Amino acid sequence: MRLIDKRDLMPATRALTTTRRGFLTLSAGAAGGLLLGAAVPVRGLAQSAAEGDVLVTPFVHVMPDNTVLVLSKHLDMGQGTASGLATLVAEELDASMDQITTDFAPSNPEVYANSAFGVQGTGGSTAMPNSWEQYRKAGATVRAMLVNAAASEWGVDASEIGVSEGKLSAGENSVTFGEMASLAAGQQPPEDVVLKAPEDWVYLGKSFARVEVPQKTRGSVGMFGIDQQPEGGLVAVTARPPRFGATLASIDAADAKAMDGVHDVLEIPQGVVVVADTTWKAMQARDALALEWTEGSGEARGTDALMEEFRALLDQPGNPAEPKGDAAAKLEQAETIIEADYVFPYLAHAPMEPLDMTVHFDGSSAQFWGGSQLQTVDHGTAASVLGLEMGQVQVHTKWGGGSFGRRATGDAHLVAEAATIGKAWLEAGHDARPIKLIYTREDDIKGGYYRPLTMHRVRAGLDADGNISGWEHRIVSQSIAKGTPFEQYMVKEGVDDTTIEGIHPTPYAIPDLTVDVHHPDVGVPVLWWRSVGHTHTAYVMETMMDELAEAAGRDPVEFRLTYLGEDARLAGALRLAVEKAGESGPEGTHRGIAVHKSFGSYVAEVADVRLREDGTIKVEKVTCGVDCGVPINPDNIVAQVEGALGYGLSSILREQITMTDGEVDQFNFPDYTPLRISDMPEVEVHIVPSTEAPTGIGEPGTPPIGPAVANAVYKATGERVRSLPMSQHGLA
Amino acid sequence: MTTFTLNGKKTEIDASPDMPLLWALRDELKMTGTKYGCGVASCGACTVHIDGVPSRSCQTYLGDLEGATITTIEGVENDAAKAIQEAWVELQVPQCGYCQSGQIMSASALLAETPKPTDEDIDTAMDGNLCRCASYARIRKAIHRAAEIMEA
Ligand code: FES
Ligand code: FES
Repeated sequence: MRLIDKRDLMPATRALTTTRRGFLTLSAGAAGGLLLGAAVPVRGLAQSAAEGDVLVTPFVHVMPDNTVLVLSKHLDMGQGTASGLATLVAEELDASMDQITTDFAPSNPEVYANSAFGVQGTGGSTAMPNSWEQYRKAGATVRAMLVNAAASEWGVDASEIGVSEGKLSAGENSVTFGEMASLAAGQQPPEDVVLKAPEDWVYLGKSFARVEVPQKTRGSVGMFGIDQQPEGGLVAVTARPPRFGATLASIDAADAKAMDGVHDVLEIPQGVVVVADTTWKAMQARDALALEWTEGSGEARGTDALMEEFRALLDQPGNPAEPKGDAAAKLEQAETIIEADYVFPYLAHAPMEPLDMTVHFDGSSAQFWGGSQLQTVDHGTAASVLGLEMGQVQVHTKWGGGSFGRRATGDAHLVAEAATIGKAWLEAGHDARPIKLIYTREDDIKGGYYRPLTMHRVRAGLDADGNISGWEHRIVSQSIAKGTPFEQYMVKEGVDDTTIEGIHPTPYAIPDLTVDVHHPDVGVPVLWWRSVGHTHTAYVMETMMDELAEAAGRDPVEFRLTYLGEDARLAGALRLAVEKAGESGPEGTHRGIAVHKSFGSYVAEVADVRLREDGTIKVEKVTCGVDCGVPINPDNIVAQVEGALGYGLSSILREQITMTDGEVDQFNFPDYTPLRISDMPEVEVHIVPSTEAPTGIGEPGTPPIGPAVANAVYKATGERVRSLPMSQHGLA
Repeated sequence: MTTFTLNGKKTEIDASPDMPLLWALRDELKMTGTKYGCGVASCGACTVHIDGVPSRSCQTYLGDLEGATITTIEGVENDAAKAIQEAWVELQVPQCGYCQSGQIMSASALLAETPKPTDEDIDTAMDGNLCRCASYARIRKAIHRAAEIMEA
């Protein structure tokens, strides 16, 4: 997802004010203990502890049993955020990591907004950057309250209290945080706190183990949305139209309704829903539905037809983004012009945990459980579908079994569908029960919200000295933001920022650059996919830079560095990767490089690729240079870069969604084929030491892998791969 | 009625013989450690041991399990599994963690059978287990590490 300027999003926050007021009223007085900072009480686990014994603050609860609970305002879908935030707290609190537990904060944008969005939500690799100060201050504040409580209890000055590893001590006195929690709850939080200097850090900057990892080796019991088993709960699956937007013509649900364990079959705008005792019974009954869809309704074009239309648009001028210099004039004067078209397919996110959302609606209040990534959008949508105030709705965020963007939907379609089912269930005369809506893998693969099908055309010139002389760039791609609440902030003068990011702006000092775009309307829902526009813009930019360097007779690294003069950090990441990769890769491999800045972070990747005898490739090794500011947890940065480049490699090798007459051709992992362990390269990640504020790391490892591999493939085969996936060309 | 031994306990389950073991575990027995990822034996998230053999529970039917010995992530505790879990924590393998029940069941079966697996052995044994977070580099390292732990 994309980072939005906070100021831009303020109107969205205001739009929520009325409904939010209801929430504030309902929340008041919900939790005992001390309330800190904002005037909004926090509902959390503290409710189960004896009132007054718990030190409750919005982000940190200190429990009488000496555990410290850190509430993550962000969804953790594998990127390590929950533990990362907890460590920020532990550092300033001087807690022991052993006493830290984590949970997700309730949905409440007053307290838990992402400062990059103005609403509560996770994406755009913003979790650490926007929480960096906030969570450290939260830890420091609680520390000060514990210290002040101890000082007054022991009759000593606060400066005499030592704090370390979750213990407070002065002279003979020594207590745990838990023992002091109740007294500390009576302390006023300090107005301001001083944060530690980096040289005093105990945890930050060193690799630390994530809190939840042991649980994730023992079945992750209870962590994921799909594993929720509320008492009396039922399971729902929805039969959806075969083409996006098609409408139901006729239904015969008699066989399905007669099946054992089936409670009802509900018609809702999204499709036909079977509600049953168990998942298996619901899936079987769905297969037994006899449904007809209105002929000719919905998006009827296949990907071949779409590509033909997109290709025609490449010949037409599109909406221009702000130009730099005079590309057309410079191209006129150019000695050499390279012109190329590129095709990027629709891609599914296919998180390992398919989508699910549990709803319990009783007519006057509702609860939801699931991997909510844009809590405020989900929350508001649920309230509006159910005709409730936001205060009557609770969203319980569960761990996400991957997301890669898929759980961050501007239209909150999953929550909307669950809410609609909850409502239809009551309207059908049933008693309120929790209902878990599950997407099967087929629903997921065929369900849209793809990375958009995208085409690029580039005309780039070189002058007689081998310098870039004019660059014209056209992109045809559906707009991701159009039609969502994000449109007003992301689409400017007909240009969706998420389509051009990575080309416009580019860190390369290319003086004469024009970019224009077409955003054709297609009835296929599209969405941000790990690193969004950078998934295709980096590929085009970095393969074209390679091509230009070659045409200019210049070294690809030196050529890039020339144009990165202004961007020392990107150049630093590139130099580090190249240096660490050494002279050459494993015997018999070919080398390609790429470097790209996204979400504030700088990543260079050097790919060593083997061409096998059967013409397929194996990426043997990838060496990365990464600058993401101060490295909070170096091992997690390494893990995220490994995963991000693996995710990107997966897509360029074999992933694509195609459609025939509007119907998606792929159905599941046998034909939407992700990376497997035998495809995975050895990965080395080297981090540039930095004291800059931290920037995101969940996404920036993805963009460079495609072009790095493509540049290596060119060395091996002499062919430039300009349409993906590579399997189409027999390379995978 | 199907009777089998599940994680060392005799278990009777009254459900249709064509119900996949995956859904019997998750929905009938409320054991959610075994995950659903594809339902078509293509991702490995649902891997359990049946009579010691790693098997896709989404394509194994109750009717074929009479008298079988089944082990799931909740009950796996042989030396190989313990070494695997220890190495998984030491090397911080899981990201989202959703695939990891299946990864651990496949890896522990590999290690029980082949105490010193080569990279090729790992590719063969683990290629059926997808990880969308691409934690593969660490899975490989952690299997080698677990082999060391077992040897020690
Ligand atoms: S769920 Fe059984 S292999 Fe995917
Ligand atoms: S850890 Fe997320 S799918 Fe493997």
